[in-house]
Amino acid sequence: MKRAILEALQAARADKRPVALVTNLETGRQALLDGDQVTGDLTLGGPVLERVRKAVHDDRSATLPETSLFAHVFNPPLRMIVVGAVHIAQSLVPMAALAGYDVTVVDPRRAWATDARFPDVTMTSEWPDDALRGLGPDRRTAVIVLTHDPKLDDPALLVTLKSAAFYVGALGSTKTHAKRLARLRELGLSEDELARIHGPIGLAIGAKSPAEIAISILAQATQALHGAPPLVKAEAGS
Amino acid sequence: MTETMGSDDVLAEAARWLDDGRRVALATVVATWGSSPRPVGSQLAVDAQGNMVGSVSGGCIEGAVVHEAGSVMESGAPKLLEYGVTDEMAWEVGLACGGTVKVFVERLD
Repeated sequence: MKRAILEALQAARADKRPVALVTNLETGRQALLDGDQVTGDLTLGGPVLERVRKAVHDDRSATLPETSLFAHVFNPPLRMIVVGAVHIAQSLVPMAALAGYDVTVVDPRRAWATDARFPDVTMTSEWPDDALRGLGPDRRTAVIVLTHDPKLDDPALLVTLKSAAFYVGALGSTKTHAKRLARLRELGLSEDELARIHGPIGLAIGAKSPAEIAISILAQATQALHGAPPLVKAEAGS
Repeated sequence: MTETMGSDDVLAEAARWLDDGRRVALATVVATWGSSPRPVGSQLAVDAQGNMVGSVSGGCIEGAVVHEAGSVMESGAPKLLEYGVTDEMAWEVGLACGGTVKVFVERLD
């Protein structure tokens, strides 16, 4: 790999732009597709370019069939938006960062969302609906709602359930969750939208401590990300 | 799979090695069949001293890849390697899981 390509690739990744590095596995020649721009010593024809764009869209690195070309997709990190700078979030945030998520914590309550409690994390103190509108969850975003407080949780869910977020989870017991669904139904959300909420949140692994609950949440989000079948359903939890 | 930025960013580490004037080869998983521990796109950077960052398997073929990387660093010519073994050979060489992987090794210039 040429130094110039490596630097262009790293710059695009630092800017969180989706790019693909295409390598001819016989010659080692390479091209970097970054938006409409193609740079490098490998020429990509129109049809090949389309296949590379599809690989980027599908977030799937692959050797293109019937060619010697390998398309290596570098999409921006997955995002996780955590609403509620609570104790569970203190465990979940670093775990999610390790799993490759770019994490943002949303909590308008200043006492909770402090740098001391959440070092090295992007935080916003906007009201959850405004924050989520601004962040715009997409199909590579998980939204985790943890405040336990309807006046914060519900606005977050109202915005999130209209988005393409691949995972939506909300903390609360079966009873709390039933009340939440009733409130959101009143506010006009459809049954299909409500069914997207994982609640009670997390896989049923008997999690008790904040760290264990964080594991169950991250495991469930991972399961949703990869479209794995739900082997275990969460029971009445926290 | 999504690549993550951070301290375990293989490309960032490889670039730092280059900056230090070290010779560096980069190995990338370009295809897998059957069960394999690391998905397509996984990378391993190696320097001339055999220092490694990242992985292309669960640890079973890294030794062989590092060996090949040495000659790629020398010649500058990339190599496409294939590893796959039957289960009875699994403890000798290659992938204990019985899968097959193709690994592309190139020199960073």
